[in-house]
Amino acid sequence: MLIQIKDIKIIDPSANINKTGDIFIEDGKIVEKLSKPADKVIDGKGKIAVPGLIDVHSHLREPGQEEKETIKTGTMSAAKGGITTVFCMPNTKPVTDNAPSVEYILMKAQKEGKVNVFPIGCITKGSQGKELAEIGILKKAGIVAVSDDGVPVANSQIMRRALEYTKMFNLAVISHCEDKELSRNGVMNAGKNSMIFGLRGIPNQSEEIMVSRDIMLCELTGGKLHIAHVSTAGSVELVRQAKKKGLNVTCETCPHYFTLTDDYVQNYDTNFKMNPPLRTLKDVDAIKEGLKDGTIDCIATDHAPHTQEEKCREFDSAPFGIIGFETLLSLTLNELVDKKVLSLEDAIAKMTVNPARIFSLANRGSLKVGSVADITIIDLNHKYELKKEDILSKSKNSPFIGRKFKGCAVMTIVGGKIVWTLKDGIIN
Amino acid sequence: MEEILNSKQINNEIEKLANEILEKNDDIENLAIIGIQTKGVNVAKRLSKKIESIKNLKKEIPFGILDITLYRDDLQEAGADIPTIKDTNIPFDVSNKNIILVDDVLYTGRTIRSALDVLKDFGRPKCIKLAVLVDRGYRELPIQPDYVGLIHHTKNRICVSLDDEISDTDRVYVETTR
Amino acid sequence: MSFNRKDLLGLEHLDRKEIQTIIDSAKPFKDMFTRSIKKAPALVGKTVVNLFYEPSTRTRTSFEVASKRLSADVVSIATATSSVVKGESLVDTAKTLEAMKADIIIIRHTLAGTPELLAKNLNASIINAGDGFHEHPTQGLLDLFTMFEKKKKIEGLKVLLVGDILHSRVAKSNIWALTKFGAKVRVVGPPTLIPGKISELGVEVFYNLDEAIKDVDVVNILRIQMERQQENLFPSIHEYVELYQVTKERLAKAKPDVLVMHPGPMNRGIEIDSEVADSPSAVINEQVTNGIAVRMAVLHLLALARNKGKK
Repeated sequence: MLIQIKDIKIIDPSANINKTGDIFIEDGKIVEKLSKPADKVIDGKGKIAVPGLIDVHSHLREPGQEEKETIKTGTMSAAKGGITTVFCMPNTKPVTDNAPSVEYILMKAQKEGKVNVFPIGCITKGSQGKELAEIGILKKAGIVAVSDDGVPVANSQIMRRALEYTKMFNLAVISHCEDKELSRNGVMNAGKNSMIFGLRGIPNQSEEIMVSRDIMLCELTGGKLHIAHVSTAGSVELVRQAKKKGLNVTCETCPHYFTLTDDYVQNYDTNFKMNPPLRTLKDVDAIKEGLKDGTIDCIATDHAPHTQEEKCREFDSAPFGIIGFETLLSLTLNELVDKKVLSLEDAIAKMTVNPARIFSLANRGSLKVGSVADITIIDLNHKYELKKEDILSKSKNSPFIGRKFKGCAVMTIVGGKIVWTLKDGIIN
Repeated sequence: MEEILNSKQINNEIEKLANEILEKNDDIENLAIIGIQTKGVNVAKRLSKKIESIKNLKKEIPFGILDITLYRDDLQEAGADIPTIKDTNIPFDVSNKNIILVDDVLYTGRTIRSALDVLKDFGRPKCIKLAVLVDRGYRELPIQPDYVGLIHHTKNRICVSLDDEISDTDRVYVETTR
Repeated sequence: MSFNRKDLLGLEHLDRKEIQTIIDSAKPFKDMFTRSIKKAPALVGKTVVNLFYEPSTRTRTSFEVASKRLSADVVSIATATSSVVKGESLVDTAKTLEAMKADIIIIRHTLAGTPELLAKNLNASIINAGDGFHEHPTQGLLDLFTMFEKKKKIEGLKVLLVGDILHSRVAKSNIWALTKFGAKVRVVGPPTLIPGKISELGVEVFYNLDEAIKDVDVVNILRIQMERQQENLFPSIHEYVELYQVTKERLAKAKPDVLVMHPGPMNRGIEIDSEVADSPSAVINEQVTNGIAVRMAVLHLLALARNKGKK
């Protein structure tokens, strides 16, 4: 299909472009001009076109936990959020520590996926933290990074080896930073609120100790380290210093860490339970500062679907995690752009060109001629309230249900194909 | 509002009640008086003093007060305000006593029914008789006074305003509007 | 009188007036205990369920007696926590009880926030009988009632809480109630058992019992759980006794008319010296009596508020 998007404001941080013009799509790629008249002309007046958003941190749950999410429903949800590429964490059942598992995910994504699915492989076999997984074979099968997300590598020697070994593949090691002994039994941020609510706390230091360790190991090995879901002021400062030193460290945060604080836990609503936990205003401010000065490279969702049954429990017994695909863009626009923390260009960069660069995704995260035609079209003025029944993810565990937003994706194009529009929903 | 008893008339009614009680109770030793919270308490006090003065008793008649809040049958009714639980204080053994239960106004009879339930939980009196200053009529339960001052049937509320001590401002009146 | 709540989940969110209402209405219930028949029909036909997911004899019995003295039909269900994990979820269990037309559900649970979870999901009134490290509101109320009874007013009273503040819902509810009434609250214990942010609740922190106990009007001694030692929160019971046992000698440093309180069950010879427990200063048994009166008041007020809410 030949597509022309007319008179649209184009924002492409990869090329420093911010202008109004046309975009042409042919054979799934962005082209200078079409070889034949367009099959479809899209009126882009009043809208913005940006490179398709890339979410480097999500849990699609397939295989093994299809009751929470499948590749099909997860990618539908992503498409609705304006996300064209999702990285999926390997803590599926079984875990993604072998080539067939990677191939299975890619095959399912090919068949049923609405957006690009890039698997992340395990760092260690079975994510047990004991022996390195066959990272070379995993890379060949198609992984874009390695991570033992959720079960951090406790042994420093293993982490050191992982950072060293992955150098030859130019793969980033995504580290879930948590000292599990320090956070043991914790279910929310440690502080005044955890004391009042009578819940066990997870101190900031449980994250920061591991951020420090991993930065030191990065320095030791020269490997490529990407810190997942940064939630504390201390972590931001550690990464800032590491970057000053010129170390090969990047990091991400999630919308809830710049939007919410642990005050929200007060009603024991388990949709405010995630790991790392919601922190304090001081941390939220530091996260914003880190986004502003470039310390934090990416905004990712940590989309973690859980069923209603699992979440409708005692706060202690409910699993950690919230869904995030469908609120990523709106929260970024409302909390960062509207509040003048980031320019629109910088905000978009953290979900497009930055992840593409860090994880070496060729021809993505850009609207340059020759790039894959992954495009998100945004209406900054569309107002809506997030309703539970509108959520496309199989799970509904969002703390943002009932929240009012201004600005969201109105069309998602993946590889030159329109997969979702606000008007018609998922396009088959 | 319409006054139906003034201070003097109240005193007369109480005297009448006291005499009637004495007429029917030779066994003054076993007599005890219990006032129902809150307006029945002052009526009971006056009555008790009157009996003591008529008989020139050296010893005070055993005196108690009781609150029926926890025994009311209308708490299930919607819209009821949260009632204050008032003191119940019966500092003597009620068993084998001839109890005179005193209230200011007798109306539906429900207060008295509740008061009987309260008394039951304190023991087994020999008998319980009811004395009221005013009978307003319109009973909802088969309960009748044994000693009654003024009979004044009305659907409007009757208000008994008694000070702790006998006073010129004491009066009983009918509220004309609700 | 002001009390218009569906549930009693904690004392944090009650205002002084509401707490005063409960305390005031507990008094006539206590007077009732001197009668030969200690019972009133206020809750006739109401079903009260004691849902206990944590072993407790005292609190459960106290609620049971309180319910029975108000003539409610009371059922007690003691469930091991493990069965929740295995089978029916807490909300489902409670919904079953509601389907049986329970009017008031009293819940004790090892996990904080469980009463809140039930309150959100059920129409029945929920009373928190202790949830994890969160709150134990009726204990806080009965402690306050006892102090009112003995000291007439709370304002300016120096109250010392001794022991494991970190894991104590009793301490938490006491602090909320006492600070609302203007008491000067002190806490004492090893730093490992005192939350770092506790001073933000307006209490004074001590690590040395001999200093903390000086001139106090009330000493409320918390039970020390033996398993805290395994978590390395203190080196040994022996050392705990040495540093934090309330002894006669230490008590002598408090005001002469000091009250000694303990929520029970006591570890005699550990957090409290036997001589202190049996001394005239101790009001530990009266706390038990007062507990019934306070719980009757809570049950009664909630039942009244329910009726009121129906229209």
